[in-house]
Amino acid sequence: MIINGVTIDKTFAEAFPMKATRAIITAQNEKWAMISAQAMTGFATSVIACGCEAGIERVLDSSETPDGRPGVSVMIFAMGGKGLAKQLETRAGQCVLTSPTSALFSGIDSDKPIPLGKNLRYFGDGFQISKVIGGKRYWRVPVMDGEFLTEATTGQVDAVGGGNFLVLAESQPQALAACEAAIEEMRKIPNVIMPFPGGVVRSGSKVGSKYKALGASTNDAFCPTLKGITKTDLSPEIESVMEIVIDGLTKEDIDKAMRVGIQAVCDLGAANGIKRISAGNYGGKLGPFHFHLQEIMA
Amino acid sequence: MTALTFTLKLEPAQRVDLSPLVCQKLTGLSPVKIAALELYSGKRKLRADELFAIEGSDAQDIVIKNSTAKLDYIGKELTEGQITVEGDAGAYLGQGMKNGTIIVNGNTGIFSACEMKKGQIEINGNAGDFLGAALPGNKMGMKGGTVLVKGNAGERVGDHMRRGNILIEGNAGDYCGSRMTAGTIAVMGKTGRYTGYAMRRGTLLLWSQPDLPATFNDCGSHTLAFLPMLFASFKGFDSKFADPAATFNRVRRYGGDMAEMGRGEVLVRI
Repeated sequence: MIINGVTIDKTFAEAFPMKATRAIITAQNEKWAMISAQAMTGFATSVIACGCEAGIERVLDSSETPDGRPGVSVMIFAMGGKGLAKQLETRAGQCVLTSPTSALFSGIDSDKPIPLGKNLRYFGDGFQISKVIGGKRYWRVPVMDGEFLTEATTGQVDAVGGGNFLVLAESQPQALAACEAAIEEMRKIPNVIMPFPGGVVRSGSKVGSKYKALGASTNDAFCPTLKGITKTDLSPEIESVMEIVIDGLTKEDIDKAMRVGIQAVCDLGAANGIKRISAGNYGGKLGPFHFHLQEIMA
Repeated sequence: MTALTFTLKLEPAQRVDLSPLVCQKLTGLSPVKIAALELYSGKRKLRADELFAIEGSDAQDIVIKNSTAKLDYIGKELTEGQITVEGDAGAYLGQGMKNGTIIVNGNTGIFSACEMKKGQIEINGNAGDFLGAALPGNKMGMKGGTVLVKGNAGERVGDHMRRGNILIEGNAGDYCGSRMTAGTIAVMGKTGRYTGYAMRRGTLLLWSQPDLPATFNDCGSHTLAFLPMLFASFKGFDSKFADPAATFNRVRRYGGDMAEMGRGEVLVRI
């Protein structure tokens, strides 16, 4: 398959089941909601070392938030429910509770509630106040700038993590420009996050390493500087490869995000140095979710 | 199906216990069985059809017409459906109510909504003393749901209240929110003496400066984020509380009762 001069490899991305949650952070203005959201989703690019993958889903205007203030929707993904709950609580406690004027609300309903502010309330040292409003429990925790208002719980849902595609370009600036265009379109799709810095990862990994202590190492088949000395997957004109990783609530959400992302890359096309789109997988043996690039773009 | 309507024929000589006439107990009963239900009146038992002319069949929609203040325990432990009272209601309206709706187009007696757990009660007239309170000797009053009073409420509103909302468009009597453990009482009118007396936790939301006991301390003026959300939750009510013009988020906060646990608050609109 070739779109606008860009070859779409006959391969697939392989993704895994994860647990996910969503929280809504509001503040006096969008600036401070965003600051809090960025802090909460910081150091959360990969479950390999961060404990979770997190990202900003989108900015919410005041008509979309529970307290009528500007807000930001964030999503957190982890391999299991316990890990997710721990990450949510520590991040909420250190990054949202501490952030000036912030409030924190559930962003998703499910039959598996996990603590959001339920335990953060103890920061109030007995001065915290519970309010049940519209059937939901909230906590008002006295803090130095006034009150931190938080919903007691949010929902935990089954999700999918690790959808991806690779952008192969003739130069590093062209690869990055294509990825930026893709991310801009993908951020319009609900229920997905791209957890890496700016949504783009330049250090895709393979399973295993020559060093016993490491479970993953650089994906040498896609490293352009190793073309001549390893079993490369790159043609001679490829000088840079970047990857976009997608976590989503459902396979369909990731499908949509990949489609608009790949389309945005292909719109730049061969004329802008984009040669191929590929994807990372483990031979289909590890992850139950397969995203076949040519099917997605058909 | 038309509403199951009980029209009072004559003012009863004694007070009547109407607790058998709730939706969940009447659903599935034939008209003959409903007519034969026994209601306590003083020391006597009366058949339902001795007191009421009975019409209609929808037991999920009960209407009590010509009601008087002698009809006690209307909607006691109601779990579903709606009861509409045309006229006054006696004592213990909606006692221990578990769900459903009660609408009273008149006044109610003492202990309305006492120990209520869930659901909604709308009183379009005045409510008697001990609205949403605990029964004498009990430690927990209203535990959930919402009570809306469009007129005035008597003394001891929300005594020992544990959770839920009491919304009063008019005035509240003395000892409003006394011994409250939690929950919210909002009063648009004035409150009597000893407001918040022995309050442990909970919120009194007032439109007028109250006469507070000396054991409430001024915590200053504040903008509280939960107030717009609280008002937004009242949007569905046919009430002044649903009017956007009535909402505010700026209040004077008084903490107390410091003679008790001291975690309660009186929020006064500024």
